[in-house]
Amino acid sequence: MRAVVKLVTALLFASVALPSAAAINIFVCEPEWGALAQELAGDKASIYSATTALQDPHRIEARPSLIARVRSADLLVCTGAELEAGWLPLLLTQSGNRKIQLGSPGYFEASQYAVKIEVPTVLDRSLGDVHASGNPHIHLDPRNIAKVAEALSERLAQLDPQNVDAYKARANSFHGRWRAALARWELQAARLKGVPVVVYHKDMSYFLNWVGMREAGSLEPKPGLPPTPTHLADLVERMKREPAKAVIYSAYNSPRAAEFLSERAKIPSLMLPFTVGGSDKAKDLFGLFDDMIGRLLGTIK
Amino acid sequence: MTKAKLMALAIAAALGVTHPAAGQTQVQTGGPTGESAFNPGISLILNGTYANLSQDPTGFRIDGFVPSLGEVGPPNRGLSLGESELVISANVDHYFRGTMIVALTPENEAEVEEAYVQTLALPQGFIAKAGRFFSGVGYLNEFHPHAWDFTDAPLANKVFLGGQLGDDGIQLKWVAPTPFYLDIGVEAGRGLHFPSGPDGGRNKNGTGAGTVFTRVGDDLGTSTAWQAGLSYLSTSALDRGYDDTDSTGTAVANSFSGKSRLWALSGVLKWAPNRNPTYTNFKLQGEFFRRRESGDLTFDSGAATAGGTQTGGYSSTQSGLYLQGVYQFLPQWRVGYRYDRLDSGTTNIDLVDSGALTAADFPVLAVYNPTRNTLMVDWSGSEFSRVRLQLAQDKSRSDVTDKQVFVQYIMSLGAHGAHKF
Repeated sequence: MRAVVKLVTALLFASVALPSAAAINIFVCEPEWGALAQELAGDKASIYSATTALQDPHRIEARPSLIARVRSADLLVCTGAELEAGWLPLLLTQSGNRKIQLGSPGYFEASQYAVKIEVPTVLDRSLGDVHASGNPHIHLDPRNIAKVAEALSERLAQLDPQNVDAYKARANSFHGRWRAALARWELQAARLKGVPVVVYHKDMSYFLNWVGMREAGSLEPKPGLPPTPTHLADLVERMKREPAKAVIYSAYNSPRAAEFLSERAKIPSLMLPFTVGGSDKAKDLFGLFDDMIGRLLGTIK
Repeated sequence: MTKAKLMALAIAAALGVTHPAAGQTQVQTGGPTGESAFNPGISLILNGTYANLSQDPTGFRIDGFVPSLGEVGPPNRGLSLGESELVISANVDHYFRGTMIVALTPENEAEVEEAYVQTLALPQGFIAKAGRFFSGVGYLNEFHPHAWDFTDAPLANKVFLGGQLGDDGIQLKWVAPTPFYLDIGVEAGRGLHFPSGPDGGRNKNGTGAGTVFTRVGDDLGTSTAWQAGLSYLSTSALDRGYDDTDSTGTAVANSFSGKSRLWALSGVLKWAPNRNPTYTNFKLQGEFFRRRESGDLTFDSGAATAGGTQTGGYSSTQSGLYLQGVYQFLPQWRVGYRYDRLDSGTTNIDLVDSGALTAADFPVLAVYNPTRNTLMVDWSGSEFSRVRLQLAQDKSRSDVTDKQVFVQYIMSLGAHGAHKF
């Protein structure tokens, strides 16, 4: 028992005596917020992303390593809108970190700063895994990124007042570059307006909404449920009557269902990066939208 | 300025400070309004089983081990409703979070499985819990039955923890500021259930049971994560009773008073390609328990036999383990196998050694190593529904093998639950 007490005391002192790192520790739930934090904080922050583009953000295990990272985070940046309902609450309650609890300045929910679409009027689980506050995948509308960036930059300044000027400068630079890119993307994507596509999951809705594309169906029979043979057969039939121009899916989806429909309905299937890291070109937020639009333009002639 | 005046001003200033997060601008207004908007998250878990058992479940026992008096037997033969769990939880304020889990039994009783508050705002990685909660001993013990990968608990959990150990008490846990996960926790409890005794806890000041645990975990490569734990539970039982039959066939009530110490070593490893468990994943889990008990054993405390009540020294060292693997081979389908083995080890009964009684007077404590093989396959309609088929060969009883078939459904309604690693 004495040894245990000694060990605990030693570890406690170690924790207090650890050199306070200059950078603020940011834990992000999804890579897009990691990329945004990188733009806005640069070398002032050390950023850890809980997930990669190859993971479905709905289905994440609250792994011990994630709890350990949340334990030492100064700021947590997540999407919210129940996207992380299956794992984030555990990271919060198990981490013992009071700085990032709901309602603290260290808790930042990006979806709070965007106007959500597809807010269900009827809430019932028979409709699949619907989110009460609307579609949570807000980052695929670049105008939302700008709104979140503004709020996140303010939050960084609030948490780390010493570097207010640096955050302001970085935010100005980012907004300038983002506005220019937005104008470019809207010009490039003009040709995609009205084009019907089949999606895998309703995770592209904000993108389609922004570009003006039309969702002609989804591989999932209901949000969050895997594609079923009957549903796919129905889709094949529907594509014969009103063909879509492409079947799109995210980097974290299995390509099999999309390929099945693509072969039967003779429409191209196309993987889109969905978030930063989902493709070689999607190295940052600019690359993400460049590649999303580039891939669509390359496939839909 | 007097000290008191300064203090008063400081308090006033402190009271006037707005919450740091209160000033944040939010694009969206609206949303839920009214009193019910603050209702806690509520979810209800419904489950039921069909059981086909080759042996009578009313005669269930695990030979070689003192009965743990918990709900350890298989469910009734035929169709039966399982326990329905009602889970209610919410943040109390920014300091505390409260949770209550009530099990409504098929016998129409309500049982408070857990009802606790836990802190959200202690500094330095500390988390305190108070109330009734499942102990952090071992790995599986903290999980509610609806989150188990098999219909029933491992044999080791049944004999050492009475199926599932919950206690009234306090827990203090510290999460270390390390790049990998490390925690150390202590619990002080009433000693409400086995291995403490008597059932319901002793009539005394202070605590009846103490637990220390530590867990460490991390990632391994890009697809694997693991966690290992070591825990120690110490309690002293007073007149912890169990029923037996002596060598003449007379039913006797025996009891144990003394120290009970349990070590548990646990490990879990989860694999999912690129950490995306949606399509395929694998989970390997195992626990090893070792218990030492020493004190006095009272034979026939009701004086039903000719020899009457007799008391003598008693000590035992017993162990048990289980190892299980569950593989999701398709998005909604999983298969699993579990191996259970207990070792009744060594038991010294002074009343037998002295010749006052014979080993045949303690048939429950006779040397026996129970084993069980379990196979399961389950289908999940969504995150909220699961239907399972489980087959088992249970050699808990020394004389017979119970061939078991279970069909079970587990459904959850309401708030989206989050499951621990």
